[in-house]
Amino acid sequence: MSSYVKMAWRNIWRNKRRTLITTASVFFGVILSVFMGSMQEGSYSQYISAIVNSYSGYLQIHQKGYWADKEINNSFEYNPIIESKIADIKEITIFTPRLETFCLASSADVTKGVMVMGVDPPKEDKITNISGKLKEGSYLKKGDNGIIVGSRLARFLKLGINDTLVLIGQGVHGASAAGKYPVRGIIKHPSPELDRSLVCMDIQACQELFSAPGILTSLVIMVHDNEEVALSRNNLIHSFSEMEVMDWKEMNQLLLKQIDSDRASGVIIKGILYIIIAFGIIGTVIMIMAERKKEFGVMLSIGMHRFQLIIVVLLETIFIGMVGVVAGIIASIPILYYFLFNPIPFTGQAEEMMLQMGFEPAMYFSMMPSIFYEQALIIFIFTLLIGIYPLVNIQKLIIIHALRS
Amino acid sequence: MNIIEIKGVTKIYDKNTIPVHALNGIDLTFQEGEFASIVGPSGSGKTTLLNILGGLDDATDGVVLIDGVDLTALSGAKKTTFRKNKIGFVFQSFNLIPVLTVQENIEFIMQLQGIAREDREKRTAELLEAIGLSDRKNSRPNKLSGGQQQRVAVARALASKPKFILADEPTANLDSKSAENLLDIMGKLNREENITFIFSTHDLRVMNKAKRIITIEDGKVISDVVKEEIHNLI
Repeated sequence: MSSYVKMAWRNIWRNKRRTLITTASVFFGVILSVFMGSMQEGSYSQYISAIVNSYSGYLQIHQKGYWADKEINNSFEYNPIIESKIADIKEITIFTPRLETFCLASSADVTKGVMVMGVDPPKEDKITNISGKLKEGSYLKKGDNGIIVGSRLARFLKLGINDTLVLIGQGVHGASAAGKYPVRGIIKHPSPELDRSLVCMDIQACQELFSAPGILTSLVIMVHDNEEVALSRNNLIHSFSEMEVMDWKEMNQLLLKQIDSDRASGVIIKGILYIIIAFGIIGTVIMIMAERKKEFGVMLSIGMHRFQLIIVVLLETIFIGMVGVVAGIIASIPILYYFLFNPIPFTGQAEEMMLQMGFEPAMYFSMMPSIFYEQALIIFIFTLLIGIYPLVNIQKLIIIHALRS
Repeated sequence: MNIIEIKGVTKIYDKNTIPVHALNGIDLTFQEGEFASIVGPSGSGKTTLLNILGGLDDATDGVVLIDGVDLTALSGAKKTTFRKNKIGFVFQSFNLIPVLTVQENIEFIMQLQGIAREDREKRTAELLEAIGLSDRKNSRPNKLSGGQQQRVAVARALASKPKFILADEPTANLDSKSAENLLDIMGKLNREENITFIFSTHDLRVMNKAKRIITIEDGKVISDVVKEEIHNLI
């Protein structure tokens, strides 16, 4: 086999200029494709991270059916057994309780439907970093009787720090819920929807308001990274078989659909790019076959089997493609490495649009290994497909005709 | 002992539906150690005969027995293996593999035969010595003269220890000195190692060196002369 490899490698450099032109097309195609893939994956990671770290967390536990019908009666009682079961799962880094429901909020002369989220302030802050989103005022303390509101909600209700907001709604089992709360802080939430509707308060105060002592609607759970989600989810399902365990993907299906559709458009662009590259390789292979017909005839006549000759030519095709791939990947690594730490900032309307959608106004990059090996795999598959041409040609080759050519 | 025996070999090319009879019922035998030359005008059927003897082309009719094996009955892959082990080829335009060095070109067939590296190297060294190109073993073919390339081609043909060597116009692309030199080498190999050579040629120098001259015209053997027999008669 080594002699075939040696022969194939030497053969591709018989016409250096042609090989360099062909590999250059692969090289630039790979750089372009890696760059595009890196931008896509970097953006998706940023979107996912924004969603996970600003609201949903990696995993949540609910009463069965809560996610489909987010109603306060679809809640569960929090107890030390639940806490110890979660603590037993080593992948889990932190978890926090929430009581979420909807009610009416009224300021001096404006009323609006809001989402009330009762939280454990220190734990919640570790997960969603609400204190980091403060525009005005201060963050909640444990046992605090005040509230934090989204900036758009505050603007709508004309609220400032220390103003009072009245909440009126329905508690557990139809109990009436009403209370007035001073505004401690105003946050700029990255999700426009939450920025327009979120009222955040201490969980005890929330449970009192809705007559739900010890009751939660969700437990938000964080793991080290996305890689641990599947394993942790399985462990949680095992421990909480009677409850609803959801990961961030299930909770953010709309985002995933958007990502999938964006990925599909990327695949189409890459497909077109690779088809153009493939035609370059096909051209080279056709020339190789035409130029070396006599040589192939000689090799077959002196005793080389057709399959052995096919191996050599197939290796040549693969080498032409893979030289470009390897060079392209090596060249793209430092470029991506630079952009990984220096994302391209958006300005003007693009910046505003990104901010409105709740994302950082910058183009992020990723260095996921799959971005690189996918290119190698695609080119490899293409070269194998292109290899069908020499395979058929050599199989059909008539030795005496080849010798005369 | 007959190493080649052909009986009633016919080859008809169906060129644009008008059949062309390249060979018309040829009967020939070759014995081990022959140094034979097939001669005749262009289009007489020399190359076709050589191609059929080498298993590169199939006879339309007739029997081709090489070393007791009916070549016409072999499948494509078996014929390739047969060629690799039993027949050596020397072509008019050398046809060495350009990306391989002299040594690698000679070793190539032995590699295909699966011969161990040490044995290959030993055999290659012997052949390089025989053709007087030991000092050029690491050169690529394009660095050699035509005569040197054809000597390497002879060494390559001998590498697999074939039963006989078919040489199609081996001196056609060589100057007279290189041609003489090549014929001397082949003559020596024939005399000292009893290697069978069958040439197709127009070259008088080859005919002069040949011990047997077979003349073909219009696909038929019109004369088959063994020089020694004529000498004996004289």
